[in-house]
Amino acid sequence: MSATIAIIGMAVITFFIKALVFILGDRVAFSATLRQALGFVPVTVLTAIIVPMVLAPHGQGLEWSWRNPQLVAAAFSVLVCAVTRHQLLTIMLGLAVFFGWQFSLG
Amino acid sequence: MSMTTPRDDARLWRSTFFAGARDSIPMLVGAAPFGIIFGALVGTAQLAPWQGQLMSLSVFAGSSQFIAVGLMAGLAGTLVIWLATFIVNLRHMLYAAALLPHVQHLPARWRWTLGFLLTDETFAVVESYYRKHPHAPLGHWYFLGSGLAMYANWQFWTVVGLLFGAVFPQLQTLGLDFAMVVTFITIVVPQLARVPHLAAALAAGSTAYALKDLPFKLGLMAAVVVGVAVGVCLTRLHATEAATRGAP
Repeated sequence: MSATIAIIGMAVITFFIKALVFILGDRVAFSATLRQALGFVPVTVLTAIIVPMVLAPHGQGLEWSWRNPQLVAAAFSVLVCAVTRHQLLTIMLGLAVFFGWQFSLG
Repeated sequence: MSMTTPRDDARLWRSTFFAGARDSIPMLVGAAPFGIIFGALVGTAQLAPWQGQLMSLSVFAGSSQFIAVGLMAGLAGTLVIWLATFIVNLRHMLYAAALLPHVQHLPARWRWTLGFLLTDETFAVVESYYRKHPHAPLGHWYFLGSGLAMYANWQFWTVVGLLFGAVFPQLQTLGLDFAMVVTFITIVVPQLARVPHLAAALAAGSTAYALKDLPFKLGLMAAVVVGVAVGVCLTRLHATEAATRGAP
């Protein structure tokens, strides 16, 4: 019973956080600085999520090695994307290198 | 006034909706192992399977669900679980603020729905869509398509995890989450041509790595703050320099 209450409370809190800005929308005015700052949110959030996943895929220490398939395939994907600017091609080649590398390392 | 017939409109919103779902496919694949692992962990927290599914249906925020299950397994108090949920999910406010200009004009029921469906993955996909189509009139259908695809996907893989989770203990090492990594790379890399964005990404990445062991994803929050600060400062500096150089 208390677990169900905990879950429902989590749902209410999460919904409140996610929807608040959308709902108050018209009443929230964003300054020029804030807008400028928000323009940097995507690039920083996404980078902050993937860097630890790539450098320490097992959640332990740094795995700066060619034996780390996440690192090798991520570096390869950055290169392919910078050169080709093609999203789907990068994703397919990146995944191919990742699984190929992982498989060949056993 | 629109010159299109209702039938054209219906066809257009449908195709926009499915484009949102289709562009989320790498994210769907990336989320699958997390859904399975979450489902598998539910049993360790002395939760009934229906309670695990209730969490996926009502909370719909992967990392906070993982943390809650971990806290429940450790017999943490309800208030601690709620506080952790609040901190871990706070980043969605940044996402919502970034997407607000595209959502502001919609009726309230749309804003409630899209708010509920907001996740890391849908934010990444939808933000990239709005950057390419800044004036898309049907962007909310794209948002809905991505959000509902992610929602259905999360429910499905939670069920799979609940049913079979204990049978696949090595799923995390299979590394399907790399699909998410490579998708994020394709969104980030094209933005790095601008110096402030490159510096912001480098600052955020190194801060996130340095602080990765902080609890409750606080390292992620700190990394965003540091990265955004670096980006804004460099933009300001650049603007000042340009103004000085441009002065007669």
